[in-house]
Amino acid sequence: MEPVVSMEFYLIVSSIMFFAGLYGFITRKSLIATLISIELVLTSTDINFAVFNRFLYPGRLEGMFFTLFSIGVSAAETAVAIAIIINIYRNIKNVETRNLEKLKE
Amino acid sequence: MDFSNFLILRDELFLTIVILFLFLFDLCAPGKARKALPPLACLLLLAQVVFCCLPQEAGTAFGGMYFTSPFTSAVKAIMGTGTLLVFLFARKWLDSDHEIAKGEFYYLMLNTLLGMHFMVSSGHFLMFFIGFELASIPLACMVAYDKKSEISAEAGAKFILNAAFAGGISLFGISLLYGGCGTLYFEDLPRTLSGTPLQIAGLVFFATGLFFKMSLVPYHSWTADVYQGAPTHVSAYLSVVSKTAAAVSLFLIFVKVFGLMAESWRPVLYVLTILSITIANLFAIRQKDIKRFLAYSSISQAGYVILGVVAATPYGQTGVLYYLLVYMFANLAAFGIAALVEHHGGGTRISAYDGLYKTNPKLAVLMMFALFSLAGIPPFAGFFSKFFIFAAAAQQGFYVLVFIALLNTIVSLYYYLLVVKAMFINPNEHPLPAFKSDAGSRIAMTVCLAGILLGGIVSATYNFISTL
Repeated sequence: MEPVVSMEFYLIVSSIMFFAGLYGFITRKSLIATLISIELVLTSTDINFAVFNRFLYPGRLEGMFFTLFSIGVSAAETAVAIAIIINIYRNIKNVETRNLEKLKE
Repeated sequence: MDFSNFLILRDELFLTIVILFLFLFDLCAPGKARKALPPLACLLLLAQVVFCCLPQEAGTAFGGMYFTSPFTSAVKAIMGTGTLLVFLFARKWLDSDHEIAKGEFYYLMLNTLLGMHFMVSSGHFLMFFIGFELASIPLACMVAYDKKSEISAEAGAKFILNAAFAGGISLFGISLLYGGCGTLYFEDLPRTLSGTPLQIAGLVFFATGLFFKMSLVPYHSWTADVYQGAPTHVSAYLSVVSKTAAAVSLFLIFVKVFGLMAESWRPVLYVLTILSITIANLFAIRQKDIKRFLAYSSISQAGYVILGVVAATPYGQTGVLYYLLVYMFANLAAFGIAALVEHHGGGTRISAYDGLYKTNPKLAVLMMFALFSLAGIPPFAGFFSKFFIFAAAAQQGFYVLVFIALLNTIVSLYYYLLVVKAMFINPNEHPLPAFKSDAGSRIAMTVCLAGILLGGIVSATYNFISTL
């Protein structure tokens, strides 16, 4: 069955997500929001892989597998990041980016 | 089903068994036996390094997902040696400061080593990506290892957020490459490369992750903060072993896979080399903290390594590996001494090194040798490694690049000598009192000293690497 929506529209969505994540990573003031921005970046790549696989190279599963692995890895990454953020909260009682200023010259 | 294919992964399998064994040992052994964990970890890792050195035929496994060759085995042995030296340096510190959680130090570190093994041996982007993440996620835990210390937690957050971000951009690049090429096997990729804009964009995004791991300018902003906040032994590991894996996979991927697109990536690396060496050198001059100082010095050293990738010849490959080997001994010695001074009450300020020669002459002399080797003064090994990597680049006609790198060597000599001057000349009423370093550190320092002194003069080292 030929898909109804063409590939470009999916790619537009994923690109918007990618650059929104990029923007968020630079501008957000809370560590948790920064982490969410990174998740946006990672999820946009999952869409990319699935879409390229479905439209350009149907019949092979390389992109789909990559998506599965990338979801797993990003979950592990988030778990460690949250653990470290909790540790920061225990030390300085908040998670604002601007309060992380002990390390500078 | 034929499992003989798995034997090609012998280095990784052995390391996995070591990790599992240490984990179960730490979990199940009774209180007294747990004291044997550090020596056991060192011995098992030594066995692993020896195992990597055993001759092995080149081969591929899993349909080309994984490959091995004498070159990758040598890289693995070098990374294993670096980790072993870090373990030896860290023993005393773990015993005194982290009695309860010291098992984690060993197997998390070995996990990142396993990830780096997969990075250099990968034959597919999926394998590379998993190795890359396996090498950075446990490392973030290591950076935040000092649970009670505020700066360690801050460094951990900076590291994991930056690593995840760089990893995400890298992954986006891989997805574009997949769209542009239709395959992600390193073997098949060169046939599908035609330099379309999509492929170039994919390559640029993908390279971000590697540049981040090598901390080249302008991807370096995390380096100084993380090195300063992390426990000193972890900074040493980050600056040496992690960089080795990134540099070697950068060479293998750029030259072997994207060799046809060399016109696209060579100018990028050209600019990055100049930026890394120059900017890091200028920043290193004004550092007052020894760990930040060594961080900037390691950024500029990474820039020199890239010279070999720009050359992109077999000669360059030898140069890169030889440079990394020599750099490992010198940098680990410098970080090890910084850790010793820090843990004997000196702190991390460079001013603490004033008059060190009067009270601890041996340490001061070794530190001087290490810094001279980093600066590239003959007859220390650093001179020869710089010479070979410059020669590799000059052979391909990059005279301007080599000239700029040479000028920067002189700048770097200035700031390395600042530390030497502090140790030997600066007067100090209350220098750090004389102390006796522990057995582990002494062994590690002897090995580093041998590497610094003999790595260059004994030409068999270079000849051996050039046959790989």
